[in-house]
Amino acid sequence: MSLLEVRDLSVTFTGWRGAAPVQAVKRASFDLDKGETLALVGESGSGKSVTALSILQLLPYPAAAHTPESSVKFANEELIGAPNSRLRNIRGNRIGMVFQEPMTSLNPLHTVEKQVAETLLIHHHLPAGMVRRRTLELLHLVGLREAESRLSAYPHQLSGGQRQRVMIAIAIANEPDILIADEPTTALDVTIQAQILELMHELRDRLDMALLLITHDLSIVRKMADQVCVMSQGEIVEAASGDELFSSPRHPYTRRLLAAEPKGRPEPSPAGAPVLVEGDGLKVWFPVRGGFFRRVRSYVKAVNGVSLRLRAGMTLGVVGESGSGKTTLGLALLRLVDAEGRIRFSGRDIAAERQKALRPLRREMQVVFQDPYSSLSPRLSIAQIIGEGLKVHHLAKDEAEARRRIDEALVEVGLDTAAAERYPHEFSGGQRQRVAIARALVLKPKFVVLDEPTSALDMSVQAQIVDLLRELQQRHGLTYLFISHDLKVVRALAHEILVMKDGEIVEAGSAEAILTAPQHPYTKALMTAAFDLQTAATPAI
Amino acid sequence: MPLEAGPPAALTFLGRKITPLTRRRLDNFRANKRGFWSLWIFLAIFVVTLFAEFVANDRPLLIRYDGAFYMPVFHSYPETTFGGIFPSEADYHDPDVKQMIDAKGWILWPLIPYRYDTITNAPGPYPSPPSAADWLGTDDQGRDVLARLIYGFRISVLFGLTLTISSSIIGVAAGAAQGYFGGIVDLGFQRFIEVWSGLPVLYLLIILASLVQPNFWWLLGLMLLFSWTSLVDVVRAEFLRARNFDYVRAARALGMGDRQIILRHVLPNATVATITFMPFILNASITTLTSLDFLGFGLPPGSPSLGELLAQGKANLQAPWLGITSFVTLAVMLSLLTFVGEAVRDAFDPRKVTG
Repeated sequence: MSLLEVRDLSVTFTGWRGAAPVQAVKRASFDLDKGETLALVGESGSGKSVTALSILQLLPYPAAAHTPESSVKFANEELIGAPNSRLRNIRGNRIGMVFQEPMTSLNPLHTVEKQVAETLLIHHHLPAGMVRRRTLELLHLVGLREAESRLSAYPHQLSGGQRQRVMIAIAIANEPDILIADEPTTALDVTIQAQILELMHELRDRLDMALLLITHDLSIVRKMADQVCVMSQGEIVEAASGDELFSSPRHPYTRRLLAAEPKGRPEPSPAGAPVLVEGDGLKVWFPVRGGFFRRVRSYVKAVNGVSLRLRAGMTLGVVGESGSGKTTLGLALLRLVDAEGRIRFSGRDIAAERQKALRPLRREMQVVFQDPYSSLSPRLSIAQIIGEGLKVHHLAKDEAEARRRIDEALVEVGLDTAAAERYPHEFSGGQRQRVAIARALVLKPKFVVLDEPTSALDMSVQAQIVDLLRELQQRHGLTYLFISHDLKVVRALAHEILVMKDGEIVEAGSAEAILTAPQHPYTKALMTAAFDLQTAATPAI
Repeated sequence: MPLEAGPPAALTFLGRKITPLTRRRLDNFRANKRGFWSLWIFLAIFVVTLFAEFVANDRPLLIRYDGAFYMPVFHSYPETTFGGIFPSEADYHDPDVKQMIDAKGWILWPLIPYRYDTITNAPGPYPSPPSAADWLGTDDQGRDVLARLIYGFRISVLFGLTLTISSSIIGVAAGAAQGYFGGIVDLGFQRFIEVWSGLPVLYLLIILASLVQPNFWWLLGLMLLFSWTSLVDVVRAEFLRARNFDYVRAARALGMGDRQIILRHVLPNATVATITFMPFILNASITTLTSLDFLGFGLPPGSPSLGELLAQGKANLQAPWLGITSFVTLAVMLSLLTFVGEAVRDAFDPRKVTG
């Protein structure tokens, strides 16, 4: 008998206003034992989070319903339909949970101490002094440095990794038997991700817990999981031990998932091509104001003295963790934020040009943003979104020609022309990103800034977008500035790489050289974290 | 790449093509039964009162006299037309005139044969109680209460609508400029609005009312001076938020000008807040006008107004039909508008999914 036994678990959400009910989970079964890590893997919408939430009975009942044969047994006790008082006793006490977004899962109005202590007070009525001691002990346990001084800190004063450590401290406060982690590292940088994963692994052994890990990232699974359940459209399509799954996947979906990692290398860029974009000593400083007269106290140096050159037809990958200034650099090159320094675009100095004078030039330099959900106006149809640039630059003589060019762009990014009359909300994330690329492409630009175009997408979709971008580059001789924190994607696309940290370049050179023999310790740390999910010698945050 | 099958929703409204988002909002509005019916009832009353001249008038709609048709609603005819002696306009309530016309034809009266300023034939002392001739009685000057109510309702709603629309236009423009350009424009405008909204509006209106004889347009202008600030904050906040949206940035990267970006990408975001607020601003405008009339600083004496009727009700407690009538009218009108406002708010609520 296992610690947690899930049998034939089904979850159905009733539709609203006559919409058909959605079956989010279909007859899922798995076991979990102490000291074991089980990974639930799948793309977004595959039902992995719903499965985890139904273990704790945290779904929005009665909109969600289980079938009669569904069973979740924890230590031989049925949890489905258990009384609320009993469930409250288990939640946060015997089964702890860590959520994806550390910013929104902590209460911004309470201190760290109060939030950790809360779960202790709810389940064990400890005297105040002991609560404080235990809280400190927990914060030490999760590796939060300077724990004493952090006790009175509010969530916004902590970094993402520190917040996730606090969340873990809360989850393990009562030494649970099971820790459920729902995409615990998705919102974090790669180096931090490696640290958090290591911490969870270590805690599992030290506290003899069972770990249920929910993730879409196969490299995390490979590193962490003893047992793996692959979910697709609500069903567990394959369950196997970690080694077995990666060496001999049986189900076609698993194989597809494994093959979906962005692969390949960029085609060699044309040698001796003219320099298209050049930045020299770029600086973007945001003033920090303070005091009564709002005088400038200091600056946030988002980009600090960066120089770069892009030859026509090549891809420059800009790599760095969040806050390193990569996005600001991209926007500065396009003059979408004000920057000091020299910017040359096809031989013309544009750093000092007025916005109005820049407008004709905008046709040749385009941008694709990270989040395809926010970069398309929900009020416009796809044809309107793509046709906007044509209108601004008077590129089409009449409606018919505009329509023809819109259709061309849609076909080029692999969408059906019937999509033109639809609205963004009818499309999946990957399809939306294709629309965003079509919006840039329809103008036939020379230079495209790609600001993390794949990070908001599922793994298999990422690979498709990467292939698409590579293909478009070859066909049209496009020049890319590819901004990403994901070294795997960068490896598949970039000819040259620029590693940024705190607004400055720490290392630059050809992709080959940097990926095979990184020189700077920061680059090395980034690489081990990204490819091996291991912390390098960098100190913990 | 296959597309997901969309729901087969009718994407036209009043014969115009609409977006699925608008469709959803219309459906949400309709789902709020109370607000939906309130809107229809309010519109019905409003349309009837818009044609007040045809509903309550002391001139007949149509006269047949001596083989010819006359329409006193549109033209004024001297008494001599109907064989009288005075060259002045005919008084159709005069028994002599009536007799003359009836002899050679007939008269078609509106439903209520009085205008808001007609002195009725009701037996004194005024205010006289409801009777078969004056359904809601008369006020203290012998004028038919129902006729005054119809005209008063119209003037209240028209005043409220004009004030709401003009203050929305000014407010949205001011908020848009502040939010979109930010910085020093924003800072300056915000401080100005803080000072401006600190002025005691009622006292200023009272003082100004003693300098000029207020009429409809004077009052509108005076109140507009202070009411435009109500929308600035919400619109400004929406613009501050929206100017950093990715699709606004993408539009700038496409080379769009500020004006185009504001109109096409940012303003639609602010419309939600504006439209949600509008019914409530309309309510506030009507209430302000009524209270000014009640205090005697509003529309010129003799104008039909709900506030004046309310004041009469207070002065003549022995004639409860005055107070009750004005109270019920105001309560019904303001409640209807509030219900409509709630339904509009629901319709634009992105989180609201069920009816």
